[in-house]
Amino acid sequence: MVKLYIPLDMAAVAMGANKLAAAVAQEAAARGETIEIVRNGSRGMLWLEPLIEVETPAGRIGYGPAKVKDVASLFDAGFLSGGAHRLNIGIVDDHPWMKRQNRVTFVRCGVIDPLSVAEYEAHDGFKGLKRAFEVGPAAVVEEVTKSGLRGRGGAGFPTGIKWKTVADCPPGKKYVVVNADEGDSGTFADRMIMEGDPLSLIEGMLICGYAVGASKGYVYLRSEYPVVAKVFQAAIEKALEAGWLGANIKGSGFDFDVELRIGAGAYVCGEETSLLESLEGKRGIVRAKPPLPAHVGLFGKPTVINNVLSMATIPMIMEKGAKHYADLGVGRSRGTMPLQIAGNVKYGGLFETDFGIPLGVVVNEIAGGTRSGRPVRAVQVGGPLGAYVPVSLFDLPIDYEAFAAKDSLIGHGGLVVFDDTVDMSWMARFGMEFCAIESCGKCTPCRLGSTRGVETIDKIRSGQNVDANIDLLKDLCHTMRFGSLCALGGFAPYPVESALRHFPEDFRKSALEAAE
Amino acid sequence: MIGAAQYSDERAREIIAAHMGLEGPAMPILHALQEEFGYVPDAAVKQMAEALNISRAEMHGVVTFYHDFRRAPHGRHTLKICRAESCQSMGAERQALAFLDRLKLDWGGTTPDGALTVEPIYCLGLCAHSPSALYDGEPIGCVDAERLDEIAAEARD
Repeated sequence: MVKLYIPLDMAAVAMGANKLAAAVAQEAAARGETIEIVRNGSRGMLWLEPLIEVETPAGRIGYGPAKVKDVASLFDAGFLSGGAHRLNIGIVDDHPWMKRQNRVTFVRCGVIDPLSVAEYEAHDGFKGLKRAFEVGPAAVVEEVTKSGLRGRGGAGFPTGIKWKTVADCPPGKKYVVVNADEGDSGTFADRMIMEGDPLSLIEGMLICGYAVGASKGYVYLRSEYPVVAKVFQAAIEKALEAGWLGANIKGSGFDFDVELRIGAGAYVCGEETSLLESLEGKRGIVRAKPPLPAHVGLFGKPTVINNVLSMATIPMIMEKGAKHYADLGVGRSRGTMPLQIAGNVKYGGLFETDFGIPLGVVVNEIAGGTRSGRPVRAVQVGGPLGAYVPVSLFDLPIDYEAFAAKDSLIGHGGLVVFDDTVDMSWMARFGMEFCAIESCGKCTPCRLGSTRGVETIDKIRSGQNVDANIDLLKDLCHTMRFGSLCALGGFAPYPVESALRHFPEDFRKSALEAAE
Repeated sequence: MIGAAQYSDERAREIIAAHMGLEGPAMPILHALQEEFGYVPDAAVKQMAEALNISRAEMHGVVTFYHDFRRAPHGRHTLKICRAESCQSMGAERQALAFLDRLKLDWGGTTPDGALTVEPIYCLGLCAHSPSALYDGEPIGCVDAERLDEIAAEARD
């Protein structure tokens, strides 16, 4: 029997993976071939999706991007034994895109059957939790702190400090909450890990719950990810069946349950306090801090709230030790960053690498430049609240501090590439428009500032008092940045200010046109 | 939505009761109501407020905060087109506006025959396959004008 892998990943499905899997099964039956199709996560080479992998004695051989119309020719070419075909990319692990990465968080993603507890365990799964049970809660917090892991959601706050704060709260009801409201355009790492290796997130939550003394965990997932909802719910059930969730887990005396909750299309619910409000069943209105969620979180109880990637990295840190993780990366940016390469690129996908790689290398070499074939003009790093970075800054290393020094941010690690047809004053306007649509309305700079921002940029774009209105826009950005309650209003000026700074000519087009 | 059930107070009461054991049950209830009826009817909001022991104004505030919850029945099919940055880098905005123009709709509008509602969505996490869309919950990558027109035709059948 030949084992085939066809991803269940939402991006693969969007490119026809479900129909492909059905067609392959049908063709195999018609030809009398016995095969087993495993629906795995994606390897992250998204331009090759749907990617079929065939297990052979030499390794797993990939064929992609495969369409239903290619199925007959793949069988004709003997792909079940790794035969030559124009879609054959060779051994997947040897592909240059894979070879160049350092997969830590994503080490199992695309490799294993995401819903097989046995395979997860065979690939070092639950070793981190077992070690946690051996060393005890205090040592776990210590280990996570020493690893230097910083929240991968965007703010980059040290994870260990959060955990310690909750662990130090008096015993009683506490919660673990995972922020899976991955709303930033150009990001999909949370989605991929939850589809490709959901048990790693569950294990991370277990370790966290054990360390801080919580017995209940919630995952707040955005509604735009219907495939994740199905896969993750199934993973919770598998973990329960195998005794990795529930009461007295593996005889440790530790009880823990995980519940999946679905958001409802509000971007601001990716902000942690807004997310907690939403989980409680209220409007997703941002809370003023302090008190921190670590002290007064979900239902007023001490709560650890972490991003999916931070939590999914914990098992590896506990398994291999803090030092192993801390030895990767540069400066205060330790470990690896799963970069998400997106937008107008030839090779888009998930690329996990140590911190420190220059932005230009990622865009030009790894992503292969633009899909349109036109020159790159700008890269938005860190989602809708991230800055537009021009080609002149392409030597900037991927590193929290280096980006901050250039008034930019890494955020959740999404890169959206634009070619030279982009109108940066339009993108700046869109940044403000998006903030206006998604503002929770609690603070004035964000609620009103974003709408005034759209109006002011419209005036600039139509050539009215351009200089005065640009000054006004800069002033408005300043007010939003320093006067907003949370990162939505506070960071919305990043794309606007960076567009103004690096692409001023795009704001003067109408004035130039009028002069001609 | 296809197969949406006719509203009944009794069914709404059952759905609400089925979730009352959860901590913070409002969001799961709202999703379940919309799943059942295709939207969140006012009468159900009133029942929720009673069950959760909060004012109707407060309950109304929750329902209206979230983009996903509809206050009235929609088209039989729903197409959500992404207009976030990554999709814009591949020309999604122009393509979507031209499509809306062909259907003589604005964002959020429903075709006169009630077949298709077209809504904006802000990122589906399919950013390496921009432009993307979601049709009745099915993700579509690298969507072009031709595919959009096919969907509009399919919806009418």
